[in-house]
Amino acid sequence: MEIYAKGMGYLQLNEAVRACTDNRISIRGCNGQRFIACASSGRQIDVHGVAGNGAGAYMESGVLNVYGNAQDALADTMNGGEVYVFGSCGDAAAYAMRGGEVFVRGDAGYRAGVHMKEYGEHVPALVIGGRAGCFLGEYLAGGIIAVLNLQNSAQALGEEAARGMHGGRIYVRGGINVPLPDCVTARTADKEDMCVLAGYLKKFCAAFGGDAKKLAAEEFTLITPANKASKRLYAGN
Amino acid sequence: MNARARAEFEILKDASRCIDCGVCEKQCANGVYKKAADGRLLIADEKCVNCQRCVEMCPAGALKVIRNRNTPQSDGNWHLRAVREIYRQAETGGVLLSSMGNPCDMPAYFDRIAVNASQVTNPPIDPLREPMETRVYLGAQNRQITRGRDGKIQPEGKALRLEVPVMFSAMSYGSISYNAHAALARAARELGTYYNTGEGGLHRDFYEYGENTIVQVASGRFGVHKDYLNAGAAIEIKMGQGAKPGIGGHLPGEKTVGDISVTRMIPPGSDAISPAPHHDIYSIEDLRQLVDSLKEATRYQKPIFVKVAAVHNIAAIAGGIARSGADVIVLDGWRGGTGAAPTRIRDNVGIPVELALASVDSRLRAEGIRDRVCLVAGGSIRNSADMVKAIALGADAVYIGTAALIAMGCHVCRSCHSGRCNWGIATQQPELVARLNVDEAVKRLVNLVTAWKHEMEEMMGGMGINAIEALRGNRLMLRGLGLNSRELDILGIMHAGE
Repeated sequence: MEIYAKGMGYLQLNEAVRACTDNRISIRGCNGQRFIACASSGRQIDVHGVAGNGAGAYMESGVLNVYGNAQDALADTMNGGEVYVFGSCGDAAAYAMRGGEVFVRGDAGYRAGVHMKEYGEHVPALVIGGRAGCFLGEYLAGGIIAVLNLQNSAQALGEEAARGMHGGRIYVRGGINVPLPDCVTARTADKEDMCVLAGYLKKFCAAFGGDAKKLAAEEFTLITPANKASKRLYAGN
Repeated sequence: MNARARAEFEILKDASRCIDCGVCEKQCANGVYKKAADGRLLIADEKCVNCQRCVEMCPAGALKVIRNRNTPQSDGNWHLRAVREIYRQAETGGVLLSSMGNPCDMPAYFDRIAVNASQVTNPPIDPLREPMETRVYLGAQNRQITRGRDGKIQPEGKALRLEVPVMFSAMSYGSISYNAHAALARAARELGTYYNTGEGGLHRDFYEYGENTIVQVASGRFGVHKDYLNAGAAIEIKMGQGAKPGIGGHLPGEKTVGDISVTRMIPPGSDAISPAPHHDIYSIEDLRQLVDSLKEATRYQKPIFVKVAAVHNIAAIAGGIARSGADVIVLDGWRGGTGAAPTRIRDNVGIPVELALASVDSRLRAEGIRDRVCLVAGGSIRNSADMVKAIALGADAVYIGTAALIAMGCHVCRSCHSGRCNWGIATQQPELVARLNVDEAVKRLVNLVTAWKHEMEEMMGGMGINAIEALRGNRLMLRGLGLNSRELDILGIMHAGE
């Protein structure tokens, strides 16, 4: 089913999406309507235009394709399914994401992948084709973030990346030339590390084009928590 | 230094009564008692937290715990507590960590407020003979009355129906035990009220109590998913907590074990960190976005609460929240409890809930938006009188946390952060959790709230008020005692005698 979103507010649009029984819905003329595919499960939603804030929030399963840019809070607390953004995304993408996969062809704004976490089979992944803004992966507790920097920008990451990171892994194509906090270590990804990433690169290239094998053969830097014996900060009183 | 010499408590064992049964040793998870090889009972006073478990369990009545008669030197300025805390920090270099609410001797405004009663000209009402309305609705306020084709008023959304204006406040599974959660859930159902999951997810076993559950969403988003959001009757966004305004939560890895890790949806042994800020909320507009996204995720079927700590600019903050689309604002005062908070934050940050509540209610009225939201007050509501005063200051309902724990058997030893609660409440050790009898705890919780309800009805009746609507924000029923004019202005009440 196709929905023409022009002139619709987000309440109206999302009600129309919810009311639709089709498993595949195309939204045309989307112009920043919020919360598309919020808590959605088991269906494919294609957005033509700009998806507003909170697209794919609490998403359970299914696919969200955004043929354009996505605004802030993409895939907030997402639980499962796949999100493909053919343009760039705004700030706070994949906040506290707990499962599923998000692929962004272009750049991500500030605070992408903050506090992502994993549990059992739920391993969230955020793959950014371009570069990421400041505070990438802050408080990262689990899951995988990959920054591919396909435009070969001088800086793949903004400042203050991986602050407070205590779990998960961040892959960055090429080297990193921003300072990283003490709580993490960075090294060149080895073969085993790249095996973990290969599946995601394949999906990324399948959606947006490119040669996944060639990409996987390039040098990636891997950031992981330093696993220092945690210093006891507190004294019981 | 000699730890025993500086022990806070002293254990007196009456040798003539002791039957040498060994119960004290078995009951104490803090390891105070130990049988020596020669059969003597060794007592480590310095490990005692005065939780009274051994005293109550001793079949011979042979034990007493008293404040140590031997104390370090202290004076009117260098209180014992200040001296002890310096010892502690000098030994460890640590940030002091405490549990439960601010214990310091600071003004409790509830104690300085007197309630009115009718005499001669307007008769009191006898609650035993006449109907008293204690039911409260939280949520959709029907700001605009619209009627359907059948002529009936169409509700604007779902509201929570409380048979008594008391709810059990947020305490996560992790900070308190499975049995404690089970007791709160069952008691809430029996009482026709609600309990709050806190930020620790909802155990599978408790989904059946969903109609009496408020699920919490905080910065860590632990255990949050579609089913969880839809499981409860309402959703609470936690922005802050009275015991630790401006501070996040941190459940250490050693406590994220077994079911805790399953419910929080994080690997066993990993730290559960709730950052102090929500990294996606920097403005009222951002808060609105979270409110709206939660409403979208639950198809506009659940009222949204926003909980904030009472801080200096609380009236302006609450005004913003009221405009964010939230249905209920929760104000948590500086006396509010916690499973663990840095001592200095707990004891020094935030303001009393009485002042916060009064100023928020006044501001929302002045701005003409009081009817857009409901107000819930928490942070040391100790008895029905506190509750009546809070409602008269402007609250729709109150949250109780510590009072509920005490009803279940907490002895306020203030060591929840140790995880060795001998009463089975603030612990995850299976043998300790098993000590909390759920049936008994439910009964005691129901007794407490039922008693409060009767007391509230009597106080209302005395004022000549027969419905809670007529008490809410009715500050004419309150008078201050020994308060200065600024305090009276903020509370919006007159002085006794006026």
